[in-house]
Amino acid sequence: MTTNIAPAPSGRLVLAHVWVAFLLFGVALLLGVYQVLARDGVLGSHAASYYASTTLHGVVMGYALTIFFITGIGYAISERALGTRVWAPGLAWLCFWVMLAGTVLAALSILAGKASVLYTFYPPQMAHWSFYVGAALLVAGSIGWIVITLVMSAQWKGAHRGQNLPLAQFGMSICALVWAWTMVGVVLEVLLQLIPLAFGLTQSIDVNLARALFAWTLHPIVYFWLIPTYVFLYTIVPEEAGGYLFSDEMARVAFVMLLIFGLPIGMHHLYMDPPHSAGFKLLQGIGTFLVVIPTMLTGFTVWASLEISGRLRGGTGLFGWMRRLKWDDPVVLAGVMALFMLILGGFGGLVNAAYAQNAMVHNTQWVTAHFHYIFGGVAVTGYFGLAYYFWPRLTGRALWAPKLALAQIWLWIIGMNILSLPWHYVGLLGMPRRIAYYAYAPEIAAQWLPWTGIMIIGGVLLCLSGWLLLLILFLSGRTLPASSATMAGGFARPYEATAVLPRSLNGFALWNWLLLALMAMAWGYPIVQFFLVKQYPALPWGFS
Amino acid sequence: MSINVYEKRYLITVSVLVGLMLTLIVGSFVLLNIYPPSNSGETIDSTRLHLSEEFAESNLGARTNPDGTVTVRLVMAKYLVHPQEFTIPADVQVTFRIATPDVVHGLNVPGTNINTMVVPGYVSQVRTQVVFPEVAKHGIRNPDGSVTVPLFCNEYCGYGHQSMWARVTVKPIR
Repeated sequence: MTTNIAPAPSGRLVLAHVWVAFLLFGVALLLGVYQVLARDGVLGSHAASYYASTTLHGVVMGYALTIFFITGIGYAISERALGTRVWAPGLAWLCFWVMLAGTVLAALSILAGKASVLYTFYPPQMAHWSFYVGAALLVAGSIGWIVITLVMSAQWKGAHRGQNLPLAQFGMSICALVWAWTMVGVVLEVLLQLIPLAFGLTQSIDVNLARALFAWTLHPIVYFWLIPTYVFLYTIVPEEAGGYLFSDEMARVAFVMLLIFGLPIGMHHLYMDPPHSAGFKLLQGIGTFLVVIPTMLTGFTVWASLEISGRLRGGTGLFGWMRRLKWDDPVVLAGVMALFMLILGGFGGLVNAAYAQNAMVHNTQWVTAHFHYIFGGVAVTGYFGLAYYFWPRLTGRALWAPKLALAQIWLWIIGMNILSLPWHYVGLLGMPRRIAYYAYAPEIAAQWLPWTGIMIIGGVLLCLSGWLLLLILFLSGRTLPASSATMAGGFARPYEATAVLPRSLNGFALWNWLLLALMAMAWGYPIVQFFLVKQYPALPWGFS
Repeated sequence: MSINVYEKRYLITVSVLVGLMLTLIVGSFVLLNIYPPSNSGETIDSTRLHLSEEFAESNLGARTNPDGTVTVRLVMAKYLVHPQEFTIPADVQVTFRIATPDVVHGLNVPGTNINTMVVPGYVSQVRTQVVFPEVAKHGIRNPDGSVTVPLFCNEYCGYGHQSMWARVTVKPIR
């Protein structure tokens, strides 16, 4: 039965964010195809275009796609989980335009060739001021979403004393808190060091302070990217699969652990940096391994939830229930595949995190391959699932060609593996990351070429998949109205009724204080040392 | 709050695994002295590197010390590694000391754990031994039995980054 049902109240707000995210994503995928071709030598040697392209690809994927998608879909999740409208929609729209202006400014500066500093923008390599101002506006806009999400949680808790904050909103509040804590490092770097230098207000820069502040951000930003996908896995996939969430409490425990263990560990990006002592590196290295626990916990809970659904649908045997999963539902497929990629990506992450062993892979192509698994394979696959789940609920119209959506997800996962498996391997062969072409001894480069050739196929498949997503979403706005059943589906219910939670698991205050102590321990001295011991600042190098 | 019995067993298994991995890491640090290259005390004025004695051009390259160990001094600058070629022995303690006069660079020799960032303001130092069969997998064999491997800049340092490399010849100990 199809009836006209009013779409979600803030549908336009959410759709605006998600469309910007995915259109930028489409552009960044085209750049990715250019990059695999260029690196393999198919297009000759154009270093300047390669580095501009890599910068735009990284900035769009890592900052723009994520911030626009997460804030947009975050509003949708909060509204649906709490049953209220987005708090202060005017503020949300204002922030959207600020973010968009920032993105356009930064993108123009990169396209003009004035900001080929890559998405890590390590000084004293300096971009044009418009790049930093653009990036700052993009991040500033996202603060609105943090405030809105936390205010909505607080208001709901005020109105529902003694009740548990719905898990989906709990997860998104953790995501907002992770992002708030995460951005502090890079915001300090950009506002206090890079922008003054870019405007000529200062003449030199403490590079190692800047690197420490950036590393503060560089690791936990991954959990900002991942948590919406985890929320999807915990609260949407089990329901869509026709089952229950295995454990509501353990899901909250995992989110809290991601917040407090995920933040104070960014120094594993500085394992190979001389200014930091081996002891602080070890401390944050141990912290990095502790994040394995909530990650593995997520794997268990989601997998167990899927097993419940498989068995409810008549599956039997130790593995036989897997055949009964809803493989023909793009939302479920995206969930299963994101989990599968988490296993592959997590393995590579353990290697990177393994302290002294990091010397074998640091800054080789292994690292880029690893974060493409985690980012593209896990986080973005979850974003596809979220988009397919929310699209009918946002537009009031059925998903166009759900079978094609299945193909889109398979294409993405197959493409990601064809791209990233050889990519890991050339990393082990010693191929450095971020090189436009190989000017090295031909005998050495010859070892790499067959593998970089295979990567082209992966890159093309990924690009096709991304554009297929755009096509499906675009045409979905023009199909039949969604069925009332589609519109109604809520978030997953726990398998066993959840008891009233201890206050600590229904709020965030305790965890914020604990995190403050951990951050002071992990980063206090490593940052303060640059003010205690005389440092020699570096002179800027620009693009002109 | 209750935890399902299977979940409890699983969590214990995961914790034991993490504990084992951390034991290996901390153990190899404490007992075998294997840790990432750290040199936290040693700052240097990169803008006046050419005036320093240690990193003056005549002092760069590989030197054998009186105790038989080898010290290699390098300057990494847009877009050259100075010197372009040098020779080190395998299975002997080698200390690399590297500085840059300009931006952030990195240094990596495949088949070894010689890998460090090279940042303005600090001297990078790596102390290690090269294992000949490992390095031989990544290099080109010379008629005299030695192997030449590339040394890459592995941090983006500008438009010429991909051209920034040197050759290291490793001599096996007979």
